[in-house]
Amino acid sequence: MAIEVRIPTILRSYTGGAKTVEGAGDTIADLLADLDSRHSGIKARLLTPEGGLHRFVNVYVNDEDVRFLGALDAKLNDGDSVTILPAVAGGAFAFAAAHALRG
Amino acid sequence: MLTIDAAILDAIVAHARRDHPDEACGIVAGPAGSDTPARHVPMENAARSMTFYEFDSKEQLRLWREMDDADEEPVVVYHSHTATEAYPSRTDVSFAGEPNAHYLLVSTRDPEQTEIRSFRIVDGAVTEEPVQVVNAVVDSHAVQSYLFGQSPTTVDYECRAGS
Repeated sequence: MAIEVRIPTILRSYTGGAKTVEGAGDTIADLLADLDSRHSGIKARLLTPEGGLHRFVNVYVNDEDVRFLGALDAKLNDGDSVTILPAVAGGAFAFAAAHALRG
Repeated sequence: MLTIDAAILDAIVAHARRDHPDEACGIVAGPAGSDTPARHVPMENAARSMTFYEFDSKEQLRLWREMDDADEEPVVVYHSHTATEAYPSRTDVSFAGEPNAHYLLVSTRDPEQTEIRSFRIVDGAVTEEPVQVVNAVVDSHAVQSYLFGQSPTTVDYECRAGS
């Protein structure tokens, strides 16, 4: 099944500059594994060493943030559009505290 | 160097002052590849915090799609620090995910004088850059300590020494 994936500027070095790539998978986790098989290294930019979705990125299925859809377990259907964006966040707060705040 | 219209910069500073002591945030969109900030979009700070800011993720998706459709990109990503200097924190650097953007920081810690500084943040490396304000009505009392050159319509803010 085909999923359209929109790639942000910062990750286009992994897709040969492409803004949009195709992928496949029943869940976000499957999709990221599929993408990584053709765009090696991209998964490591999206996941923490512990295997969770990185706090510095937002991933959406169609119009919904996957954090509200079960994160990496979010289900995908043929024809869905997945968008990856860098989270825009920051501030004077110390990093460790900010990290805790964002979970 | 960041070149920005005085009216847009004024609107950013007004936004930062309005939201003080919470951090304010937003972007200035411009035509892709132009490096020209043209459309100011103030964003809600979803964290509503004095020390942290974040865009609401769905608002961000809507705005990024809108820019994509209009062949725009975020030329400037700005936020305020309300008790500390206008220099990227470790948190700012960790999150910075727009390698083509100018990261503009506004410090509102001093009620009289607003500190404005601009940075590139790429792969964790912070590089300060000068800010050139165009179409400025020159106010000789404004941020005078950072002024090194001015003409009737242009004001240049020098990078601070040693940063």
